[in-house]
Amino acid sequence: MAKIIDDETMENVCILAKLSLSEEEKEKAKADMQRMLDYVEKLDELDTDNTEPLSHIFGDSNMFREDVVTNGDNKEAMLANAPKAKEWQYQVPKTIG
Amino acid sequence: MDLDKLTALQLAEKIKQHQISVLDGVKHVFDPIEKKDPKIHAYLDTYKKEAFARAKQVQKGIEDGTYTGPLTGVPIAIKDNICMKGKTTTCASKILENFVPQYNAEVIDRLERAGLVIIGKTNMDEFAMGSTTETSAYGITRNPWDTERVPGGSSGGSCAAVAAGETYLALGSDTGGSIRQPSSFCGVTGIKPTYGTVSRYGLVAYASSLDQIGPVGKDVSDCAALLEIIAGHDPKDSTSIERQDLNFTKDMEGKLMGMKFGVPKEYLAEGLDPEVKAAFMDVLKILTGQGAIVEFFSMKTTEYMIPAYYIIASAEASSNLERFDGVKYGYRAKDYEGLHDMYKKTRTEGFGEEVKRRIMLGSFVLSSGYYDAYYLKALKTKALIKKEFDSAFEKYDVLLAPAAPYTAPKIGESLKDPLAMYLGDIYTVAVNLCGLPGITVPCGMDSAGLPVGIQMIGDCFMEKKILRAAKEYETCRGAFPTAEEGGRKA
Amino acid sequence: MKQYETIIGLEVHVELATKTKIFCGCSTEFGGAPNTHTCPVCTGMPGSLPVLNKKVVEFALKAGIAANCQINQYCKFDRKNYFYPDNPQNYQISQLYLPICHDGWVEIVTSAGKKKVRIHEMHMEEDAGKLIHDEWEDCSLVDYNRSGVPLIEIVSEPDMRSSEEVIAYLEKLRCMMQYLGVSDCKLQEGSMRADVNLSVREAGTEKFGTRTEMKNLNSFKAIARAIEGERERQIELLEMGRPVIQETRRWDDNKESSHAMRSKEVAKDYRYFPDPDLPPVHISDAWIQELRASQPELREEKQQRYQKEYGLPAYDAGILTESRSLSELFENTAQLCGNAKKAANWFMVEVLRLMKEKAMDPEQVSFAPEHLANLILMVEKKEVSAQNAKKVFEKVFDEDIDPVSYIEEHGLKIVEDTGLLTETLNRILEENPGPLEELLGGKEKVFGFFVGKMMKELKGKASPDAVREALNKEIEKRR
Repeated sequence: MAKIIDDETMENVCILAKLSLSEEEKEKAKADMQRMLDYVEKLDELDTDNTEPLSHIFGDSNMFREDVVTNGDNKEAMLANAPKAKEWQYQVPKTIG
Repeated sequence: MDLDKLTALQLAEKIKQHQISVLDGVKHVFDPIEKKDPKIHAYLDTYKKEAFARAKQVQKGIEDGTYTGPLTGVPIAIKDNICMKGKTTTCASKILENFVPQYNAEVIDRLERAGLVIIGKTNMDEFAMGSTTETSAYGITRNPWDTERVPGGSSGGSCAAVAAGETYLALGSDTGGSIRQPSSFCGVTGIKPTYGTVSRYGLVAYASSLDQIGPVGKDVSDCAALLEIIAGHDPKDSTSIERQDLNFTKDMEGKLMGMKFGVPKEYLAEGLDPEVKAAFMDVLKILTGQGAIVEFFSMKTTEYMIPAYYIIASAEASSNLERFDGVKYGYRAKDYEGLHDMYKKTRTEGFGEEVKRRIMLGSFVLSSGYYDAYYLKALKTKALIKKEFDSAFEKYDVLLAPAAPYTAPKIGESLKDPLAMYLGDIYTVAVNLCGLPGITVPCGMDSAGLPVGIQMIGDCFMEKKILRAAKEYETCRGAFPTAEEGGRKA
Repeated sequence: MKQYETIIGLEVHVELATKTKIFCGCSTEFGGAPNTHTCPVCTGMPGSLPVLNKKVVEFALKAGIAANCQINQYCKFDRKNYFYPDNPQNYQISQLYLPICHDGWVEIVTSAGKKKVRIHEMHMEEDAGKLIHDEWEDCSLVDYNRSGVPLIEIVSEPDMRSSEEVIAYLEKLRCMMQYLGVSDCKLQEGSMRADVNLSVREAGTEKFGTRTEMKNLNSFKAIARAIEGERERQIELLEMGRPVIQETRRWDDNKESSHAMRSKEVAKDYRYFPDPDLPPVHISDAWIQELRASQPELREEKQQRYQKEYGLPAYDAGILTESRSLSELFENTAQLCGNAKKAANWFMVEVLRLMKEKAMDPEQVSFAPEHLANLILMVEKKEVSAQNAKKVFEKVFDEDIDPVSYIEEHGLKIVEDTGLLTETLNRILEENPGPLEELLGGKEKVFGFFVGKMMKELKGKASPDAVREALNKEIEKRR
């Protein structure tokens, strides 16, 4: 049996994903996710007990950078797209603390 | 001279021989852009002025020997998830409506060094999530063969632009079929290279372990030449591979005689449109007729490919798209109360429905208590799929598959049922899961006059084998009509 | 009241002393103007990709080897997902499933003796940016200069039982990192930070109590106070029959109290998964061997060597090796003056006195070893009086002056020209006929009076020995 997507799960997913849905959207999202999870439940048929998860297709050789400074002061370019900035810093609503 | 008939390589050759100027070639794509694109909407942005200036600069570079490459002077369109310094890069999302990168993707630098002329940015499914180019926040792209139909996706803009003669070449990106499927729907050729062959630096990530940039063009040779330009190790991308065999245009000619092709039986089972199947079987006949060996074999993991793919891709996407939060770039909601409200409103207003659907699914499958059951299970399934492909390549040089179960669907049909749309990726996703190279070549037409493509899949780093097979097949097949010639008139 | 035992485990973050960040070529220099050390990678721009700094792996390995850890020769990076503006990608690249080092230990020494604290794991990760509150607009401002600075997180087992042990453990780690050269571990600059996991249980029981995690601890004193405070709070709850809630608490050192960091918007579910942008790291046997071979002499070995080679008492050897920089200064001084015992004496008395007076950290002591060595040599050669040498050393300590020219210029050099000595002696004898009479009469006490007068007059330009010798000669003559 696939996981049943209830309101609480949906609420939690929205907190994790930083999304807010209307009631109507939430119902639709719940149904969509439920259908998808019911479908992917198919994977349970596969015996993977002795299979190692494969996260990276390649990766036999190391990819390193040398510890050499290559970047200078880029603040203008970095802040060029900031929706709100002040004194060369990104401005955000007050954080807690 | 009929510039329409020229391939990119032929155009470059004529430019080299001073029969055509670079500017003529560029002007020749802006004519159809201006005439057809209001309807097709393959482009999100075009750079006419800059392209004309660049054309003159390239011309000078040809005269003084700066540019000598095989595609020098050829106009090219870029999918809008590839960053270009100073050019809005939206990923067809509202959340990046005003984002102007201050850096070039590695592929852009490579194109510039090779003397190509970038003419604009093409439409796509939002953040490359979709199979129809209908999830774009900036309007749909229409299929040049039948404007009531979708061009496929997510690189629908790039494929439609090539099909409509609005460019000679284009770059797309392929995470689960996003180059190969729209190439099939639009009757053009497209390659998804071996993972790590083309740098992902500057490609806005959808699913990092699956994404690859690849070429879209009129034929196999054009795509091979473009791939040769964009491929190569990039120290800015840790997943970029150091390969020695990047001369893809070399040794392309060769006989099909004795080449071994494998066809997964499960790929031809229910769900495959009979007309697509018929076109596919015709290809097998041509190949065997040329002395190739074609065998059917069983790919037992077939039905697990879509579930594994959507879990892995959504999981990575949910993380990759966390950075779009209204703090550093892009859209920020107008009214909000406090930090978390700003995050939520920005993201809820900035992302489209399909993107949100995948972000939510991805967040869920990674969340505490479900990671093992979904995400880890998918990674283990991926290992089993990879193993099955490995054994297939012990027997076969190239695997054959349809690019999609059907030809281009009507606009508005697919998004009604997301799961059904996902199932349409059945023949393409495993290639990404396993890092394999794949190419789509037009191979026929259905009764509605819509193009059908065949997919040739190689083992990792075996681009040369699939290019040779595709090129030989293409020669046997003969000329394929353009959308203009073969399509239903808009 | 019942007896309680405190169970403490630590998560220590150490900023590594690399020149560049962990995944990009931006400088890690402390204190630059906002966002001047940033690039697309460390500000999370779309399409940017991380590339691992080799030095970070090397430093993490060095630390792991020094802490007797097992090495995961195949290790991976994972993404830790959470939204906060100091975290530009809204995920932190860290290691969860396969950390670079695990299962090690360090030995600490407290008043109760020696004890081993086990290390659960050490992993590499990136630091976050800095948030400052803007009073004018009641908003926060983000500076990503620290974003992507490499860290190792050292997670201990719950092996500590008191704040004394915790401080000893932290000092041990700090000393180790400094000796290895992998971090300067400055708490005030945040290059060493500790989160404290604490629970209490009734003495004699086996089962651990519910633990809390305390954050925002930026000095050893704050850590000690926070441990005491949290211990008391938990005991109070248990005494009242109320449960301790597993939560993260923020210590406020000004109020000397902590409060729970709770928010319904922040679900503590980090959704760790392998970072697809970073391939696994392979650590060869050869690399580990190479690092083992090049591992510097650590404090314990140095202490042993000082006792054996220099013949120093264990106590002195302990003090002199407390910090790597001080021990190096001492060793260089000893080598240059060729007398380790004398050099040790100077450090144990004068250097420590001045450090204490000026409330300085050993790292802040920065005079050139040859300056102290030359001073020691001059004292040995009786070219300067011990008294003057101490005064001159204060100048060396504060301003790193060259003592040789300073002594010369200020006329503090002991006069070898006996002319001046005899001349001064004769004058003083003439000026004090009474005492001279007494001395000649055999009253030895007066001898000291004349030596004192002479020393004062000569301002240390002659050694007391020389003065005594001259006075004796003269008295002999006059008798």
